[in-house]
This record gives sequence, C-alpha cells and structure tokens, in this order.
Amino acid sequence: MCLAIPAKVHQVNGDSALVSIGNVEYKASLLLLKDVKEGDYIMLHAGFAIEKVDKKEAARMLALFREIEDSKTT
Amino acid sequence: MRYIDDYRDGLLMKELVGEIRKISVSPVVLMEVCGSHTMAIHKFGIQSLLPPAIRLVSGPGCPVCVSSMGFVDKAIALSRMDHAITVTYGDLIRVPGSESSLEKERSNGSDIRIIYSLLEALVIAKNNPEHPVIFPAIGFETTAPATAAVVKKAAKEEIHNFFVLSAHKIMSPVLKALVDGPLKIDGFLAPGHVSAITGSSIYQELADKYGRCVVISGFEPVDIFQSIRMLINQVNSRQPRVEIEYSRVVKPEGNPAARRIMNEVFEPADEIWRGFGNIPLSGLKFRKEYDRFDAEKIFPVKVPEFHEPAGCRCGEVLRGMIDPTACSLFAVSCTPDNPIGACMISSEGTCAAYYKYRKLT
Ligand code: SF4
Repeated sequence: MCLAIPAKVHQVNGDSALVSIGNVEYKASLLLLKDVKEGDYIMLHAGFAIEKVDKKEAARMLALFREIEDSKTT
Repeated sequence: MRYIDDYRDGLLMKELVGEIRKISVSPVVLMEVCGSHTMAIHKFGIQSLLPPAIRLVSGPGCPVCVSSMGFVDKAIALSRMDHAITVTYGDLIRVPGSESSLEKERSNGSDIRIIYSLLEALVIAKNNPEHPVIFPAIGFETTAPATAAVVKKAAKEEIHNFFVLSAHKIMSPVLKALVDGPLKIDGFLAPGHVSAITGSSIYQELADKYGRCVVISGFEPVDIFQSIRMLINQVNSRQPRVEIEYSRVVKPEGNPAARRIMNEVFEPADEIWRGFGNIPLSGLKFRKEYDRFDAEKIFPVKVPEFHEPAGCRCGEVLRGMIDPTACSLFAVSCTPDNPIGACMISSEGTCAAYYKYRKLT
C-alpha cells in the first residue's frame, strides 16, 4: 500500500508529468511535489509524485557501503 | 533504473551479512513496521541469512490489515445507498466486514470501481453529477496527502458529489503504543515512504524518550541489510538515535509541501486499529472547513460492534506478539485463496507474506 516506485520524468505539463517505469508510461500528478524537471526521477505512489530520487545521494551511499567493505577486506 | 540493480547486488549483500554477523553480540528484536518491508524481507529470505540472535518481527504497517471491521462495514453500508458509486484502490476490496465485503457487494450489483489514482474519482464525479461518489480512504502519511490534494481540487472545482470516508492513520502514535506494550522492541526499521512525507522528526521521541533505535530504510535487500547493520551498531553503542539509510528518497525534513496540504484538510483524531483498539489522535479526520466532503458526517450510518473472526490471531500478529505460524488456522483453513483474517487478505499482510514465501524462510 505504501509502495512507491521510481519513475523517470519525460515531460512536465503544469501540475502533472509524463513519466515512465521501464517501458511503461504513466501520468503523475505533481500536486504534492514542486520543481520537478525533465530527466528527474520521482517516487510515484498511487498516481502522485511524493518525492524526488536524489541520484547523487544514491551513488554516494552505495560508494560509502562499498568503501567500508573494501577497507574491511584489505 | 541503475540504482535498483545496485541495491540488489549479491556481493554487496554478502559483505553486509558478514559484517552483521561480526557485530551481532547479543539478542535483539527489530521490528519492521511497513508491509512493503515485510514482503521484501520474506521475498529475499533475509531472516534466514541473519545470525540467530537477531529476530525480525512485523508490525502494524499494512493499512488494509489495521483497518477496523467497523470501517469496512461503514464502507459497505455506503456502497448500498441508492445511486452510490464507491471508488477504491484495489487493496480494500476483498477485506471482509462483519457480513460482507466490497467485492461481494459488487457482485450483488453495487457500483464499485477500482481506481489507480484518486484523480480518476473526480472525473467519475463530474460525469455522474446525480450520484454520490464515495472513497473509503485508508493509508498512512504516504497516501493521505494525495487524498487531501484531491479534496482541495474538488473544492476548487466545486464538485459537490465527491465524499471521503477517512480511516487515514498516522504512524507515530501506533509506534508509541507498541513501545508501551508487552513486547520489548530494541529497534525499528522505519517505513521509507511514510518518512518521505513526514521526515525523521516523528521518530525522535522513540529514541530520546524511550531509548529505541530507529533507522529509516529503503526497500531493496541492500537497503534492509544496511539498515539492520546500522541498528545493531546503535544497539551496541547504547546510543539510540534516528538515522536515515534511505537518504536517496527521504530528507530529514520530509516533504513539507505535501504535509501542508494534508494538514490543511485533515486533523488528528482518535482512531480504531485492528489489534490495538482505540489509539488517541492516531487518525486523520476532516477539518471543519472541509466538512462537506466527510462521508461520515453527510451519510451517518450505524454499524455493529467490532469483532475478529473466530480463531484469528491477526491482532497479536499486528503487534509483533506472535508469528503467523503460531495461529492454528495458518495454512490450514486460512490461506490467500480462502483468507479468514485481514493479515492474510492483504497482499502485504504478515500472514500472506509468511504463506507466500514459507519455503524460503
Ligand atoms: S493465519 Fe489467518 S486466521 Fe491466523 S492470524 Fe493470520 S489472518 Fe488470522
């Protein structure tokens, strides 16, 4: 029920956006999230964008996990 | 998306499991609160990879499962009104009230429609001005802002035949009820998408006042292992605090714009939870300014008192007191095809998760 799925934003039209998950396109309402741009990833929940996915943060956390692993194994 | 694969990286998972094994020194009980976490934990067989000292228990985070029977009975009563159209997300339709379900009502001829987005309800309302369009609303802070946004839109567009029966709930009061309960929970794997809206501050009291460890977790296996590792480190250091593992989505301040909309339309009120009974100020009801959308006020109905199906221990399951396997009906007379209690009916229910993945765990 609280499932939200990352979707890529293709086009912003006022308070809605055309997004895709894999090859399937959806309409996402932007009533709950401002400043969404083409190329962003958003979390889509029941037709609403509820938050952006921070790509830099995703990469940073992964690098951090990996770094800790590396330092442990060396 | 690239990051999903990265968060399912088998090598990284193995490293994390190894690390958890190293730091796990004493028995701990960790509760995952969200139904989506429960499903992921069972799907990826996470418990079986952990050292035996770490026990994962499921909590009350499946909105369908914690909806009271009285609420379902009310939704059914409203769906039976002349000309009524009921719109619902798929989850609720099979949940039994005391003598029927929305699914049964639909096969008896009631107009009940499954929607994907609540915005569809406004289109239905506009196209059917003579019909009351009723939305029985469940869900936590993840879902409630969307309901509020649609109510505001209906107000602005002067749609007068759209109504909401709100059983929306908020997360922090039930966590406090759990901490006050008999099960000793050392740490919480906090729900990622609720927290995307609320931010991390709603858990602060759990750490500061009740000494419980909290990590807001994502839903991929690497997220869950990493969150468990962060929780064990917190337990070991005896410094309970609130950390965010799912930082690619959850900001400490959450989504203030969504919260503003939610709080403009709804205010906290007492709410009945299956398995818990009444929890003060744990629900969301309409503010006065939005009264005219409140199905409860506009169409008052009386329903019989709440009771669980005979033999069902869903209430104890929801409080983490027992595993579903302790229920004598589990996998015997209660299965997803023939569910007895709400925890088996919802695809995210703990009993359903245990059933579906019972060979893996
Ligand atoms: S297995 Fe079925 S009857 Fe037993 S607690 Fe779960 S839902 Fe209830």
